[in-house]
Amino acid sequence: MKKKFKLEDLDCANCAAKMEEAIKKIDGVNDASVSFMTQKMMIEADDAVFDQVVEEAVKCIAKVEPDCKVILK
Amino acid sequence: MDRFNEKQKKELLRIGISFVLFAVLMVLEHTHVIPENMHGSLIMLALYLVPYFIVGSDVVRKCLIGIKNRQLFDESFLMTIATIGAFGCGEFGEAVAVMLFYQVGEFFQGYAVGKSRGSIADLMSMAPDFANREAEDGSIEVIDPDDIEVGDILIIKPGEKIPTDGVVIEGNSLVNTSALTGESLPRPVAEGDQVISGCINGSTLLKIKAEKEFDDCTVSQILELVEEASSRKSVTENFITRFAHYYTPAVVIAAVILALIPPLVSGNFAAEFGKWVLRACTFLVISCPCALVISVPLAFFGGIGAASSNGVLVKGSNYLELLANLDTVVTDKTGTLTEGRFKVAMVEAAKGFDTKDVIRYAAAVESGSTHPIAAAISDACDDPIAQSKIKDIENAAGKGISAKIGRDKIAVGNRGFFEDQEIGLPAESPAVAGTNCYVAKNGKYIGTIVVADMPKKGAADAIRDMLKSGVKRIMMLTGDSTQVASSVAKELGITDFRAELLPQDKVSVVQDLLKGLLEEAGGDDKKRGRLAFIGDGINDAPVLAAADVGIAMGSLGSDAAIEAADVVIMDDDLGRIPSVMDIARRTLSISKQNIVFALFVKFSCLVLGALGIANMWIAVFADVGVAIICILNSMRMLKK
Repeated sequence: MKKKFKLEDLDCANCAAKMEEAIKKIDGVNDASVSFMTQKMMIEADDAVFDQVVEEAVKCIAKVEPDCKVILK
Repeated sequence: MDRFNEKQKKELLRIGISFVLFAVLMVLEHTHVIPENMHGSLIMLALYLVPYFIVGSDVVRKCLIGIKNRQLFDESFLMTIATIGAFGCGEFGEAVAVMLFYQVGEFFQGYAVGKSRGSIADLMSMAPDFANREAEDGSIEVIDPDDIEVGDILIIKPGEKIPTDGVVIEGNSLVNTSALTGESLPRPVAEGDQVISGCINGSTLLKIKAEKEFDDCTVSQILELVEEASSRKSVTENFITRFAHYYTPAVVIAAVILALIPPLVSGNFAAEFGKWVLRACTFLVISCPCALVISVPLAFFGGIGAASSNGVLVKGSNYLELLANLDTVVTDKTGTLTEGRFKVAMVEAAKGFDTKDVIRYAAAVESGSTHPIAAAISDACDDPIAQSKIKDIENAAGKGISAKIGRDKIAVGNRGFFEDQEIGLPAESPAVAGTNCYVAKNGKYIGTIVVADMPKKGAADAIRDMLKSGVKRIMMLTGDSTQVASSVAKELGITDFRAELLPQDKVSVVQDLLKGLLEEAGGDDKKRGRLAFIGDGINDAPVLAAADVGIAMGSLGSDAAIEAADVVIMDDDLGRIPSVMDIARRTLSISKQNIVFALFVKFSCLVLGALGIANMWIAVFADVGVAIICILNSMRMLKK
């Protein structure tokens, strides 16, 4: 499954690169991108673990940039 | 003040208050209102910490959270350590100034990025905000485009955006497709015509029946692609990300060495230590990689935005990079270089006859046929003969057709058709290549009509511009006969073509060319010239995929083409290719300027900082100042 999330207050380009790197390392993630320009995160992961992956990803983001919020629809 | 959002306003307020406090402290200190012996005292430290925390509290907070999360080497961490270092060395004013300057820079950086994000959003302002749905009882409700269901009847008032793809069921209007195609001429639509989401309705009210849900419609797909484009990174972007990965730790280690080694070597550690710590702090400030990391993607983002406002969809930064350095362009003929439908290319009349009559007679006879050649001849006739005068139409399948017009017997057909009837024809074919239709009146030859698939307007210019932009080789592929191919190629100024190809042959031609390019580069796949294939996107999917860059033409609304191609030309205009190549080259040159500029300033500051010439102020400029200049440089992409 592939899903996009909006990010709020992602203020630094290098942080976006770090987040992307960290999210790609989560188990079950096939592909991920964090775009500083569009303020969006895309996660492509196995269906069975998708929700877990997203939870992990949110944690990764909070770690890199505490002020950045993920809008979970 | 409307230009700033709430967050930015707060930020400005904090910067302002902090600046005033800082300025007052500096003035008091320098005018000796504060006695000399108090300089550097704990009281002064406390006083200077007030503006420091007002402006920099979030940086310090982020730094602390970063330490807790083991995220060292991030910007906040480096800035905090650097300023603490300055405080530790008794340079209170410098510490506050650096934090203040840094925040001012960050503010402008955020503002500039937000601004460029906004201008790209404007460029792609094709997404509709609402739809008017007509209920069964005739009442109209305004709904979110997401709520549109297939089969809904939607009302589009003049000036409104078409919310989803559909078919017109009522009304005649002109729609502006410029947001999607870059084409400024409005397109007329009438009942039964397909309309595409994102177009703006011009003059009169339209009623359409939705054929797609919003998520599947053209606009959604396009926006999706453009947003995802940034995830396909260019070589330059990957380089800079990797570089940043090593850059920061390297500079931080250098800073530690700088703080420790020279004082140790000097023999007087205690006296020298403070001076070198300050220089090391300068290093820490310079070590922030943001200017580098932001400079390249921003340029590419701008480039993709600029291309889409020109009616060209580029599906990834990597493709933009490839477009800038194309070596070979392979193009399909029918529907790409040519119109894809037959037109009368030339009419020849026998002595004593008028070309107009030749066309009139032929059109009358062919009026009973649905063959594409018949349609082309009918199109070319402005003054058709009344249907009532045409009688006894006889069709000889694959050869020709004859009929009686008034008292005259007219025959139109190929050479074989006339040979069967033993009607003499001129021995020589006309100068223009195409399909020859001979016309006879009462058993006597009166003229020839040449029907051909004509090259598109502007195709020759586009080919010339591509060659001018550095493309070394342009090759045309076609399933048509060699004769037709060579005539089209000649007309367009293409020297290289392959004719009579089956679809699978096209793939192998492209593969051979790729192999050739690889050999030319001595087997180095990274250095070889790049190949683009241009097709109409309908049956070219395998070739589009085989090429380095697959460019699909005129496929507005065709899902398959948008799916298969890397670059989609939204309207039929070949001239968009040289212009997108130009955009690609500008993007690349801006991103290179940014890299060179950022690296140059950073390294100069490192050297000057180590020598004690550049202070922390200059270091802050090397960080945020450079980032802002890079952003401004990238924003040039968005100007037309």
